Amino acid sequence: MTEAVEQHPLSKYLRAAMMPHIWCSGCGNGIILNAFIQALDELQINLDKLVVVSGIGCIGRAAGYTNVDSFHTTHGRPIAFATGVKLANPELEVVVISGDGDLFAIGGNHFIHAARRNIGIKVICANNFNYGMTGGQVGPTTPLEAFTTTTPYGNIEHPFNLVHLAAAAGATYVARWTTLHVRMLTMSIKKLLQRKGFSFIEVISPCPEIYGRRNRMRTGLEMMEWFKKTAVIANFSDPAKAEINLERIVVGEFVDVQKPTYEELLHNKMAQIMKEGEEG
Amino acid sequence: MTGEKTVLTGVHFMSGDIACAEGAIAAGCRFFAGYPITPATEIAEHIAARMPKIGGIYIQMEDEIASIAAVIGASYAGLKAMTATSGPGFSLMQENIGLAAMTEAPCVIVDVMRGGPSTGQPTLPGQQDVMQAKWGSHGDYEIIALAPSSAQEMFDLTIEAFNLAETYRVPTLVMADEVVAHMWEKVVIPPAEEIRIVNRKKPDMPPEKYMPFMPDDDLVPPMACFGEGFRFHATGLTHDEYGYPRTQSSEAQMRLVQRLCDKIRKNADKIIRVEEQMLDDAEIVVFAYGIVARAALSAVKKARQQGIKAGLVRPITLWPFPEKHVARAAEKAKAIIVPEMNCGQMVREVERAAKGTHVYHIPKLGEEPHTPMEILEFIRRHSK
Ligand SMILES: Cc1ncc(C[n+]2csc(CCOP(=O)(O)OP(=O)(O)O)c2C)c(N)n1
Ligand code: SF4
Repeated sequence: MTEAVEQHPLSKYLRAAMMPHIWCSGCGNGIILNAFIQALDELQINLDKLVVVSGIGCIGRAAGYTNVDSFHTTHGRPIAFATGVKLANPELEVVVISGDGDLFAIGGNHFIHAARRNIGIKVICANNFNYGMTGGQVGPTTPLEAFTTTTPYGNIEHPFNLVHLAAAAGATYVARWTTLHVRMLTMSIKKLLQRKGFSFIEVISPCPEIYGRRNRMRTGLEMMEWFKKTAVIANFSDPAKAEINLERIVVGEFVDVQKPTYEELLHNKMAQIMKEGEEG
Repeated sequence: MTGEKTVLTGVHFMSGDIACAEGAIAAGCRFFAGYPITPATEIAEHIAARMPKIGGIYIQMEDEIASIAAVIGASYAGLKAMTATSGPGFSLMQENIGLAAMTEAPCVIVDVMRGGPSTGQPTLPGQQDVMQAKWGSHGDYEIIALAPSSAQEMFDLTIEAFNLAETYRVPTLVMADEVVAHMWEKVVIPPAEEIRIVNRKKPDMPPEKYMPFMPDDDLVPPMACFGEGFRFHATGLTHDEYGYPRTQSSEAQMRLVQRLCDKIRKNADKIIRVEEQMLDDAEIVVFAYGIVARAALSAVKKARQQGIKAGLVRPITLWPFPEKHVARAAEKAKAIIVPEMNCGQMVREVERAAKGTHVYHIPKLGEEPHTPMEILEFIRRHSK
């Protein structure tokens, strides 16, 4: 006979005191967090050595919900904060979970420079095509002609292709999934956690309450149907050509390469300097 | 480790910036993140050369916003951490100085003041950021700010800044100026064992019992760091003693923000350091800090030679402001003179504390600090 289980098997990964979470029903953020803790569980990550850092926004609350050392920084700055953490203690696994607005508008500079340096931090970006927390304004990923509270006549700004940007800036692992691709996403997060260098996953995530409502997809389900209809997996295709539009969302893994991380180069350099100091 | 010394005990000829860098290293700083800006650049350059030899980290970030963010991250990961900048960079750091105050991250920020506003005068001194030091970030909070007057004090007060930051878990500022940063002077570095070093107080309870923002009697919570098994949360949002957001609770806001202010305000007597010279019978008191205080002291001495009862109040801590010292000096004085390299900033605090005693401001902008003769002229005028 099966015994009644008091607790969810993954509950140790969440902070019960922080529940209920703030996310709307139909929001993709829960799916992303779920995939993340699933990956932690499958890899049996040492939770005492894991740090989750978030910026500001709906998905920014993910740090607080994860039952590990966590820090909810200022808007746009989680990568810069995480850089300090990783360099100060390279033994820590440092994961940034944040929004597209946070990471690529106000924080865009930090993203490209962390990727360029190849600092060993791992970034998971929830891309919901808008600023959810502030009520649905246009952001750097909002598609052309999409409606937001600040583009009431349709967006005229060309959006970033985040996987192309990440690849160009030097990220060593780059992938994109939608929240429909839960299994692939979990697999991808596992890879991300096992990579040494700067690694990046974009997760296309429904924001039915704020973005969907204005763009003819009123429920989370409708947004997931959009993903289902249009997503094509094109692993290791050219990230420059990985488009996102109403007809086609290109997902998959785009980059998986090895190169020395900033921490490795730094510590090698330090060892070399110290050795010369001893000899000289 | 190499034979490289962390504390360069001995007598040196050094610039203020280099002395500041050496002070940081002697204090135990092992993480520096910064972005180049005149007149603070030599701090970064010196640290970049020194850190790798003593096992510390130097990183040049993409901007000052990133620098202070990385410093807070490194502090939470367990290292003593610092950045150094000048006016424009200091402005960029303000939001995250608020984050450091809110999350009680011990860290040191050196602002070598130049003339502003905006890009202003990159190579010339100023004291125009002293109010920004106190009020630069949004919201109510308290910081500690120290004002060195010499290369020696760039060394000594940088150590002091780390000690205060660690004691009170507060961002601590060293408000230097271009002259102090660039002047070369004798600096005496004591033996390592004679340097007082303070380290943050650590939790002595098991992780299940730990509440990261539960203060002790001194209003300062013990600090666990990442990776030590405490698994805590910190946020810039208004939070409770567990670190959990309580953004809708006015009670939580009052309790937290009041404590962040009180931990400095109620400990002010322990924090404040002032140099007082010839105040016993002083009728004319000069209030001056930083490089200007040196000209002021010389002016006060000359005035005494001329039979004028002049004295000096030099705040070493600009913040918290030494109210009591100023009030005490003001009781006996006919006038207080405040030479400052700005159009009037600390003078307002002096006025507040002096309660009725006449306070005169001598503003000075541009190339050089006040000369002793300029200050003496003022002393003479007001002594009549
Ligand atoms: C300096 C600063 N500017 C603006 C804001 C307001 N703000 C809060 S969340 C947010 C947008 C977040 O968007 P995104 O990263 O896409 O996250 P989402 O809420 O969509 O998950 C903004 C602009 C802020 N907190 N700080
Ligand atoms: S506003 Fe959008 S992103 Fe934010 S919780 Fe609601 S659905 Fe999710």
